[in-house]
Amino acid sequence: MAAVSLTVNGKPVTADVDPRTLLVQLLREHLRLTGTHVGCDTSQCGACVVHVNGKATKSCTVLALQLEGANVLTIEGLAAADGPLHPMQEAFRENHGLQCGYCTPGMIMTAVDIVRRKGNDLDDHTIREELEGNICRCTGYHNIVKAIAAGARAMRGSGATSRAAE
Amino acid sequence: MYAFTFHRPQTLRQAASLLAKNEEAKLLAGGHSLLPTMKLRLAGPPQLIDLSLVEGLAGIEQSGRSLTIGAMTRHNDVNTSPVAQQAIPALAKVAGMIGDPAVRHMGTIGGSIANNDPNADYPAVCLGLGATIITNKRRIKADDFFTGMFSTALEPAEIITKVSFPIPKKAAYQKFRNQASRFALVGVFVSKRGSEIRVAVTGAGSNGVFRVTSFEEALKKRFSPKSLEGMSIPADGMNSDIHGSAEYRAHLVGVLARRAVAEAIGKSAA
Repeated sequence: MAAVSLTVNGKPVTADVDPRTLLVQLLREHLRLTGTHVGCDTSQCGACVVHVNGKATKSCTVLALQLEGANVLTIEGLAAADGPLHPMQEAFRENHGLQCGYCTPGMIMTAVDIVRRKGNDLDDHTIREELEGNICRCTGYHNIVKAIAAGARAMRGSGATSRAAE
Repeated sequence: MYAFTFHRPQTLRQAASLLAKNEEAKLLAGGHSLLPTMKLRLAGPPQLIDLSLVEGLAGIEQSGRSLTIGAMTRHNDVNTSPVAQQAIPALAKVAGMIGDPAVRHMGTIGGSIANNDPNADYPAVCLGLGATIITNKRRIKADDFFTGMFSTALEPAEIITKVSFPIPKKAAYQKFRNQASRFALVGVFVSKRGSEIRVAVTGAGSNGVFRVTSFEEALKKRFSPKSLEGMSIPADGMNSDIHGSAEYRAHLVGVLARRAVAEAIGKSAA
């Protein structure tokens, strides 16, 4: 066992883990933050995407121990539990950017990262290229792309980005 | 994953000493090749030596006619670096073609070339630009570094610290992706620097990345896709699998080399 200290959704966390523990296991099994999903477990599908130090990262392919001192933001930390949804979450709801919903947390965390890197005006081609690492096995991409374009616009001036990244 | 102990050295010297003491230990850089391999139990190093806390291993700088990139520099940082984009745009572009955005936030140049995956992009860039791989012990020319599939000239306890690329006059990379894995089924990097022409191929060869000297000779006469018209390479030594036969890969080497030269001289790909 080995100790690791990091910040998750703004809260300091210290855990004593088997070195093999992946970030996604730390989140789901130790911290019970089950919004982050495991789809393929091979860094291809993107269901496990969270932000590490503000950047979209596949949490199935990072060891918890690699994250000493890191700042992690999960889907649970995107908006306050008792407040309104993050504009990107709201856009997914409004545009029905999901079918079964399994890929949705990863899609939304990736979408917020796309806005950070590419800005608020995103054309469909850019969004589709940027979603290379996120797979929707319901093939619901059409509405996901619409939702991301709308969410990106809604994030303009809302002040809502990655809270933990700031 | 098989169990391992995890080390977090703070200095390069500590990392090298841990590596020297533990023959089967593996260095952990971005982990985006090593961890998936460990999850499949294709690798089971008893120790992992994480380089993320070692200072001075990341960064991009240009000095004179060369661009130097620290081993722990992430693909995304190379892709978006104004210094890299200005010095060797083809290199910055390749970094943005690796994996996907999240993978590029973690994967590193040093990790990629130390792994020398036969389908990886960076080995072709290093060989195609005539890079020098700098370690804690010495400088190794790319021509001597990549010694075969998943194998390099690195000795035990040797750690890549940076890679130095001479700045070419012209360069471009063309990648034909495997439609499922998105790795290079074949990738060709071409460059011209003075009279030195390089054509490096990844993905195709069963022994990893290699140069195509017949193409280089033809391009010395004139650096134009026309110089390569009708040229191909023998299918001997090409990979052959469900994704493409050896003949198909050999054919693609010619096609992609012509497209890469066209891109390098600013013409649209034929």
